Amino acid sequence: MTAYLITGAKIVGGEVADLLIDNEEIVAVGTGLQAPADAETIDATGLIALPGLVDLHTHLREPGREDAETVHTGTRAAAVGGFTAVFAMANTDPVADTAGVVEQVWRLGREAGYADVYPIGAVTVGRQGTQLAELGAMADSAARVRVFSDDGDCVWDAALMRRALEYVKAFGGTIAQHAQEPRLTKGAQMNEGALSGVLGLTGWPSVAEEAIIARDILLNHHVGSKLHICHLSTKGSVEIVRAAKRRGLDVTAEVTPHHLLLTEELAASYDPVYKVNPPLRTKEDVEAVREGLADGTIDIVATDHAPHPVEDKDCEWSAAAFGMIGLETALSVVQHAMVDTKLLTWADVADRMSYRPAAIGQASDHGRPLEAGAPANLVLVDPAAQRTIVPEQSTSLSRNTPFAGMTLPGQVVATFLRGTPTVRDGKPVR
Amino acid sequence: MRHLLSAGDLSRDEANLILDTAEEMRSLADRPIKKLPALRGRTVVNLFFEDSTRTRISFEAAAKRLSADVINFSAKGSSVSKGESLKDTALTLQAMGADGVVCRHGASGAPHLLATSGWMTGAVVNAGDGTHEHPTQALLDAFTMRRHLGSLDGRRITIVGDVLHSRVARSNVLLLATLGAEVTVVAPPTLLPVDMSRWPCTTSYDFDAVLAKSDAVMMLRVQRERMGDAYFPSAREYTRRYGLDVHRMAQLPENAIVMHPGPMNRGMEISAEVADSTRSVIVEQVTNGVAVRMAVLYLLLSGSNESTEEPPA
Repeated sequence: MTAYLITGAKIVGGEVADLLIDNEEIVAVGTGLQAPADAETIDATGLIALPGLVDLHTHLREPGREDAETVHTGTRAAAVGGFTAVFAMANTDPVADTAGVVEQVWRLGREAGYADVYPIGAVTVGRQGTQLAELGAMADSAARVRVFSDDGDCVWDAALMRRALEYVKAFGGTIAQHAQEPRLTKGAQMNEGALSGVLGLTGWPSVAEEAIIARDILLNHHVGSKLHICHLSTKGSVEIVRAAKRRGLDVTAEVTPHHLLLTEELAASYDPVYKVNPPLRTKEDVEAVREGLADGTIDIVATDHAPHPVEDKDCEWSAAAFGMIGLETALSVVQHAMVDTKLLTWADVADRMSYRPAAIGQASDHGRPLEAGAPANLVLVDPAAQRTIVPEQSTSLSRNTPFAGMTLPGQVVATFLRGTPTVRDGKPVR
Repeated sequence: MRHLLSAGDLSRDEANLILDTAEEMRSLADRPIKKLPALRGRTVVNLFFEDSTRTRISFEAAAKRLSADVINFSAKGSSVSKGESLKDTALTLQAMGADGVVCRHGASGAPHLLATSGWMTGAVVNAGDGTHEHPTQALLDAFTMRRHLGSLDGRRITIVGDVLHSRVARSNVLLLATLGAEVTVVAPPTLLPVDMSRWPCTTSYDFDAVLAKSDAVMMLRVQRERMGDAYFPSAREYTRRYGLDVHRMAQLPENAIVMHPGPMNRGMEISAEVADSTRSVIVEQVTNGVAVRMAVLYLLLSGSNESTEEPPA
C-alpha cells in the first residue's frame, strides 16, 4: 500500500501542516515531515484538509431502482463530493426491513470501495407504518444497523413511534424521523403559502412538519431514547428544536444543502427539478435553518441525495418524483451558504459534516479529528475554486440537480478512504 | 404575446387589444357567413387531457371560424391513457406541424411546461390547467362584463365559491385587477388559500355583506365531493351561507349582473330561478367565449402581431 505525504494543507482550515498517511492510518501531522522512500508526495498548498465527510441521509436506490443509482455509482458520487461514509436510506425495493436486505446493501458498499456504506433499516415492515420491522435482527446483522427510518414516509402513528423509540434502546439505536403529518399533506406539491395559492399547487404546510417534530421530541423524552429529525426545513421547526435543547431534551436534527440555499420561488418555473420533499421553503425559513445550523440547534448537514431517472422529472410537476441529487454539490453549497457568509468556520464544517453525523450514526471509523492514529479518512478541498454545475457531468447516474447552471465555490481535489485515494484531481480514481 | 398561459401575463393594453378584437369577432356572429380566412393553412390542435366538452367545442368553433385546420386530440381515448408522456405527445404534435396548441390538463403548470420545455415550437393556449388558471375564461368573462357595465375601471366584482381549487377565480382576479376593477372573493375560509397576500383582491367570508357593493357577481362551481374532505359540513349549509338565491339577488344593485362559468350545480351554488333570471348572463358568456377565443387565436397565430419576438412559423 502506497504511503502519502500531503504537504502544506490547512488542517480543518487552520494551521498549515503536512499529513503522513500510511497503512490506512494518519501516521503523523506536523510541519516539515519527511516522506518515507516509497511515499508519494501531494502538494496541498492552498487546500484545506477536512476529515472525510459523512452523509447520514443518502438514497442509493439499490436494490430496485438501479436505473436511478446503484451502490457503486452513488458511493462514487459520494467520494467526488468528499464523503467517506454514507448512510443508505431504507426505501429501496425490496425495502431494507430485514437483515438480508441491509446485509446486501452493506456488502455492495464494501465491494464498490468508494465510501463505507451504513445501511439504515426501515422502522416498519415495508415502511407501511403498521408493524415494527425486525429491528433487532438488522442491528445484529453484519451491517450492524444503528439508525432506523421510514424516510419517504413519516412514522405517523404516535403509539408505533413510541414503541420504535423504546425498542431500539436495547441496542442503542436511533430513530430518524421523516416529519410529515400525512393528513395535512395529502397530495402536497410545494410549500403552502402565498405562492402555492397563486400557482395552484397543493400546499405542504410547515405545521405538518412542526407538529410531528414537537410530538416526537416529547415522546422521546418520555421513553429516553435517541431521536433524529431528518431534513428539517422550517423556521418553526428550528424554534421547536432550539427550545427543546434549551430544556435539555435529547434530539438531533439535520438540514439539507438545498434547504440552506434554495427557496420556493423556483417552483414558479413548474420545472420538477425543484420538486422535493419536504419542499423548498421561504427566504425566512432559509435564514432560520442557516442560523440553526450555525448555533448548533441543527446538528448536521445531510444531503438527502435522491436520484431519479430523467423520465421521472421530464414531465408535469404533479406527476414528477420528489427529490434532488446532492452528494457532489453538498460541500460547495455549504461553503457558499455558511462559510462564505461567515456563519460557520471550516472547523465548524468538519463538525457538522463529519464529526457529528458520524457520532449520530455510530460510525466509529469516521468523523475523527485529523490526528496521528486516526483512520486515514480525509478530503482535500480547494476553497478558492469556482465551478459551474453541469448536470451532464455528474458522477451520479442521475441528473436531477437543482443547482444546474449555478456557479458555486469550492472543489474537492482528493478524497482518501482508509489511506487509499478514491478521488484525485477532482476525479474518481477508478 | 407568444403564448397565453396566465391572465397575469397580460398587460392592460394587451388585454384590451384581445377584448377589442373579440368585439370585431363578435359582430361576425350576426352575419350569415360566420367565417374569416385569417388562419387558412394553420393547424390548431385541441389537446385535452381532461374532459371538457364545452371548452373544447368553443375553441373548435373559434378556430374553424378563422378557417384553421382543427385537430381534436382527446387524451382520454388516445395513447396518453396507455402511458404516453406529455413530452411524447408534444413531440408528436410538433412532428405534425401544429401551429397552435390549446391545452387542457389536470396538472397545474402543464401548458407552461409545453411552452417552455422546447419540445414544441407552436403557440400554447392554456385552456385550463389543474387548479391554476383558465385565462380565456377570464377574458370572456371580462368581455361579457364590459358589454354590460362598460369600462371595468373601478367596477366592483364579487367572485364566490371554491376559490382554493378554482382556476377560473385565479385568472379572473388577475385579469380584472389589470383592467382596474375592484375584486372581492367570497368563500368559507376553508375554500380560500391560506395566504392570499399575492392576490390583487380583497376577501370576505360574508356574502351578504358584499351584495350591495357588487356590480357583478360570479358564482363558482362547488364540487359536492369537497364535503368529504371537510371543506364544509353539508351542501345545505353551503347553499345557505354562500348560495345565490332570489333573496340575495334582490340585494344587488339594480343593474348588477350574475355570472357562472358553468357547468352549474343548480340548487347548490346558484338557484334555478337566479340562473334563469334576466340578470343572468350565463348563456351569453358561452356565446362570447367563441368570439374571445377567436381573438386569442387570431392574435397568437395570424403573424400580424408586431410585438411578437418569434413569429409563429
